[in-house]
Amino acid sequence: MSKLSHDKVATRGQVEAHFKSGMTIMTGGFGMAGYPSLLYDWLYESPVKDINIITYGVAPPEYAYQVGFAKLIAEYRVKKIALTHCALNPDIGRIMNEGRMEVEMIPQGTFAERIRAAGHGLGGVLTPTGIGTVLAEGKQIVNVQGRDYLLEEPLRAQVAMIRAEKADKMGNLMFKNTSRNVNTVMPMAADIVIAEVPVSGIVEVGEMSDCEVMVPGIFVDYVVPVPEGRRMI
Amino acid sequence: MSNNSSEVREFIAKNVATLLEEGNLVNLGAGIPTHVTNHVSKDINIMLHAECGLIGCGPLAHGDEVDYTLVDASTRPTTRTYDSVCFDSALSFGIIRGGHLDVSILGALEVDEHGNMANWIIPGKTLNGVGGAMDLCVGAKKLIVAMEHVTKKGEPKILKECTLPLTCLHEVNVIVTDMAIIDITDKGMVLRAIAPGLTVEDVQKNTGVDLIIPDIVGKMVS
Repeated sequence: MSKLSHDKVATRGQVEAHFKSGMTIMTGGFGMAGYPSLLYDWLYESPVKDINIITYGVAPPEYAYQVGFAKLIAEYRVKKIALTHCALNPDIGRIMNEGRMEVEMIPQGTFAERIRAAGHGLGGVLTPTGIGTVLAEGKQIVNVQGRDYLLEEPLRAQVAMIRAEKADKMGNLMFKNTSRNVNTVMPMAADIVIAEVPVSGIVEVGEMSDCEVMVPGIFVDYVVPVPEGRRMI
Repeated sequence: MSNNSSEVREFIAKNVATLLEEGNLVNLGAGIPTHVTNHVSKDINIMLHAECGLIGCGPLAHGDEVDYTLVDASTRPTTRTYDSVCFDSALSFGIIRGGHLDVSILGALEVDEHGNMANWIIPGKTLNGVGGAMDLCVGAKKLIVAMEHVTKKGEPKILKECTLPLTCLHEVNVIVTDMAIIDITDKGMVLRAIAPGLTVEDVQKNTGVDLIIPDIVGKMVS
């Protein structure tokens, strides 16, 4: 698929072909805002295992939008998870303590910047966040203009799953309210980018105004329509 | 203080609110800090920053107000003020680390006299995650910790050295508890104010650090 294609609206089969055991996948959303819940259900229903997930945080596993993700975790199909917060899903701490999943804890701002660095071709970011804490262990400290910074490396994935509220068929994306979160940085940091969008929000190329476009379509491979009435909570 | 924990929370939040100033851009952490909005003086204009990507966070959303694209920093459905603005998380944390946020108010498990703070993990017990706290600590111009003065077992949470894994080094400026307001300075911890009905000795007895007692110690608002 050319990144300039005007025909990116995809079927389930096209998307699922990219779900592979052992892959690293990054997923957008903060709480339910901008969370790719339909794609997570498809990922869960595919036969993948031993996957690495990069996600901002987790919600209570019983929330409708969280079910696919939570079941992947509960069924021990995730080898490693990188996230910023996990208090709301006790399975994560439990499975980590059982030694059956690795957890990498990343401060929220560092999380966004490491992904941005990957997508922007940078060799990492220097951040003061985490200096003097256990999260600095094993990381290089660089002093710039008298202040210490941690060198945080770029974070990439083979696949990114995100959610937008409006898109055209070239994959230009618009988000609403706080659903932007990390959905704007992930599309540049993954080999294959899949965006789910409410079916009513998908328009023809040329129908989005320039200032509506928050992520240019060249970063997006597939636009997946989400049926009306799908429940988030 | 009464044992009623909701009363304690509101008392702490009310006193934190007295530290806010006209024009402040303020970020509220989870727990006690979220109650500060109940007490901000109508005479000053502040705006709330939610690190997920919002300036102008309004009250929580209920019923028909709930919009699945709009959540606060604790992922709860929220509303936004008429003068609010949204952006992505990279920019939101640029606001924080870049020195554009005036005040961060966070809960804590421990604070020590070096201004170090611990609030994200109790090894072997809870793994909450760091969330945005580490960024908020290093980035905000002023860091206020809002917490109960002692643990449920009655042990001091204000210590010479934190014992739990740290969230930040040397960043805390002020601690507001149910017993006192304490400033952290280069010379040590200075007792700024005490709760009505308590003596300086009461506060010192429940604090793991020798407090510096100025000539005039204020009274917290009740």
